[in-house]
Amino acid sequence: MLSINNLCASVEDKDILKGLSLDIKPGEVHAIMGPNGAGKSTLGSVLAGREAFSVTDGSVAFADKDLLELDVEERAREGLFLAFQYPVEIPGVSNMEFLKASVDAVRKHQGKPELSSVEFMKLARETSKKVKLDQAFLKRGVNEGFSGGEKKRNEILQMMLLEPKLCILDETDSGLDIDALQTVADGVNAMRSAERSFIVVTHYQRLLDYIVPDFVHVLADGKIVKSGDKSLAKELEAKGYSWLEGEVA
Amino acid sequence: MSEQVEHLIRKEYAAGFHTAIDTDTLPPGLNEEVVRFISAKKNEPEWLLEWRLQAFRAWQEMEEPEWAHVDYPKVDYQAISYFSSPKSMEDKPKSLDEVDPKLLETYEKLGIPLHEQEMLAGVAMDVVFDSVSVVTTFREKLEEAGVLFCSISEAVEKYPELVKQHLGSVVPQKDNYFAALNSAVFSDGSFVYIPKGVRCPMELSTYFRINEQNTGQFERTLIVAEEGAYVSYLEGCTAPMRDENQLHAAVVELVAKDNAEIKYSTVQNWYPGDENGKGGIYNFVTKRGVCHTRAKISWTQVETGSAVTWKYPSCVLRGDHSVGEFYSVALTNNYQQADTGTKMIHIGKNTRSTIISKGISAGKSQNCYRGLVRMNPGAEGARNYTQCDSLLIGDRCGAHTFPYIESKNPSAVIEHEATTSKVSDDQMFLCQQRGLDAEKAVSMIVNGFCREVFKELPMEFAVEAGKLLEVSLEGSVG
Repeated sequence: MLSINNLCASVEDKDILKGLSLDIKPGEVHAIMGPNGAGKSTLGSVLAGREAFSVTDGSVAFADKDLLELDVEERAREGLFLAFQYPVEIPGVSNMEFLKASVDAVRKHQGKPELSSVEFMKLARETSKKVKLDQAFLKRGVNEGFSGGEKKRNEILQMMLLEPKLCILDETDSGLDIDALQTVADGVNAMRSAERSFIVVTHYQRLLDYIVPDFVHVLADGKIVKSGDKSLAKELEAKGYSWLEGEVA
Repeated sequence: MSEQVEHLIRKEYAAGFHTAIDTDTLPPGLNEEVVRFISAKKNEPEWLLEWRLQAFRAWQEMEEPEWAHVDYPKVDYQAISYFSSPKSMEDKPKSLDEVDPKLLETYEKLGIPLHEQEMLAGVAMDVVFDSVSVVTTFREKLEEAGVLFCSISEAVEKYPELVKQHLGSVVPQKDNYFAALNSAVFSDGSFVYIPKGVRCPMELSTYFRINEQNTGQFERTLIVAEEGAYVSYLEGCTAPMRDENQLHAAVVELVAKDNAEIKYSTVQNWYPGDENGKGGIYNFVTKRGVCHTRAKISWTQVETGSAVTWKYPSCVLRGDHSVGEFYSVALTNNYQQADTGTKMIHIGKNTRSTIISKGISAGKSQNCYRGLVRMNPGAEGARNYTQCDSLLIGDRCGAHTFPYIESKNPSAVIEHEATTSKVSDDQMFLCQQRGLDAEKAVSMIVNGFCREVFKELPMEFAVEAGKLLEVSLEGSVG
C-alpha cells in the first residue's frame, strides 16, 4: 500500500524529516507518536504533497505509483486522504457544494460514474448522521463558524464520502472532548477494512484506546526511533518520551 | 501559489471575435456637424437636436475627471468614430427573418440566440450592435401587458412625450464629463416603460456589442416604472479583442415612481485588454436612479471586463420610505483598473440603503471601491449599511476602499464594514487535497466570496455570471 524509504524533507531550509522509513500493508492501522516538533505533522503534509515542504531525499511508493511524482490533487484522487489538524474555512462555499465537487473529481478519476445531485444529497445526509453532524452543516460554508469538534466531524464526513485507500489522521484528537472523540473513532473504525490503511498521528495515547492500532511508531528528530504494537503506546503514556532520547542519539 | 493561480485565471476572452459585416461608419472626429448628423440619421425632432447640442456645448467647456484611482493615456476624442451601423440596418428589418444572417450568427456565437423559440423562456431582449438596436424580441407579449420595450430611437419616434418628460431628468446633460458626451452623441440604447400597477411579465434584457474598430459606444437607457409597477432588467456586453482602446460612455436613467420597484442587473464583460495591458475598453458609465415614495431600486453588477472601469450606479432616495440597494462584484486581472462603487443620496424620511461590494484583484490589477453615503438634513430616521470586502489573489495587485460618508441629520444611522482577505495557501491545499484541481479550487473560493451578490441576480443571469467566474453548484445541490 505505502512504502516510505529514507524520506528526507525540509521546510524553509530547515530539515524536518531525516531518513524516515515505513511500510504499510493494506488493512493496517499505524499510529505515529512522538514529542512536539518531531516531524509528525510534516509527515502528513509531505505525503499529501504540500508545496511548502520539499523532499530532499528518499522515495515513497503508493499503490504501485511513485507518490512524489504526483500533484496534490492526483494523490487525493488516487486515494490518499489527509484529515487536517486545523481544517481551514472557505467562506460562502456551501459544504454540500464542496463535498460534491470533491467526490465528483475523485470518482471521475477512478472511472466511477458521477452521482446525480439527488443521489449525492441522500448519501451526504446519511453519512452526516453517522458522524453526528447536523444536516444544517451541509448548507453552511465549509467549516465556516464550525466549532473544533464540528470541524473534525466534517473531516471524517469527507473521509467517509471519498472512500480513500489510505487515511492520514493528523492529530485529529487535538481539541476534542470525549464525545466527539468517540464519534470520530467510531467513524474511523467503521471504515476499517482489509483494503484500507490508516496512519494515525497523535501526541496522546488516549485516541488509541478508541482506534486500536496494529503498530505504534515513535517519531523523534525526523526518524522512527522505535516500533512496536499497541503496548508501546501504553509504555509511552507511563514513561513519557524522554526515556527514548538515548535511542535518538 | 500566486504564479500558478494567475496562470489559471488568465482565461482566454471568448467573445473576442470580430464580425466582418458592411457598416456605415462615420469618419473619426467630433464637432457640431457630427451631432447634427447623428440626430438627422435618426430622424429626431428639433427639441432633441437642441438638447444634444446643449450637451455638446457644455461638454466642450468641461474637463475630463481625474479624481478616480485609475491611470490611462489621455483619450483623443477626435480619433473616435461616433456612429457605426451595420449596412443591412439601413431599411429597418421588421422581423428577425429580415435581419442580416451574419448578425444573427454573431449572437449565436456569443451564446445569445435571438430566435424567440430558442431563447431562455421569459426573457425579452433588445440587442444593440455598435450604434444601433438590431432587434427587440417578445414585443407583442409585452404590449399586451402595456409594457413598452424598444430601442430609444424608436421611443423618440413613437412616444416622444414620454421620452421628453424623462430624458435627462435623473442624469442631466451637464451632470459630468462623460454624461455630457453621451448626451451629445448617444446613438441608441433601450427604453422601458411600465404603466401604473403593472408587474412586467418577464425579465427584460439588453445586450450590447461593440464590433467596429475605432468606434465608441454611447448608449442611453431610460427605464420608467409608474406607480406600483415592477420590472427586472438585465444588461450584458462584449466586444472583440483589439489592440486599441475603445471607449464606452453610457448613461442609464431609472425612474421609480411611488411604490414602484426596479431591479437592474449587469454582467459586464467588455474586452479587458491582453495580459500585457494592451487594448481593452474604457468603460466610463453614469448610472443613476431616482426613487419616489416607498419605491425601491436595486442595482446588481458583475464587472469582469474593461481595461478601465469608472462606474457608480447610484440611487437618489427622494421619497419617504424609499429603498436603494447596490450589490457588486468587480473582478480585475492583469493590468485592469476598476474604480467602481455607488452613491446613496438620502433625501426622504426613513429611507434605507444597503451596499454590498466584493472586489477581487488578481495579476497586476488595481481594484477600488468608491462610495458615497449622504444623509441630507431632511433624511429623518434614514439608515445605511455598507459592507465592502476585498479579496486579493497573488501579491502584485491592489485593493483600495474610498468610502465617503456625509451625514447632516443626527437621527440617521450609517454602518460601514470592510474586510480584506487573500486566497490562502491553506484553502488551496484543502481543496486540492480533496481532489479538486487548482482552477476549480480558485473559482470555488472566489464564487464563495461573491455569494451574497450572486444570489441577488435573476436566475437567467446568474448562469452567465457563473460562467464568467466558473459555475457554482449552488441551486442544483443544497
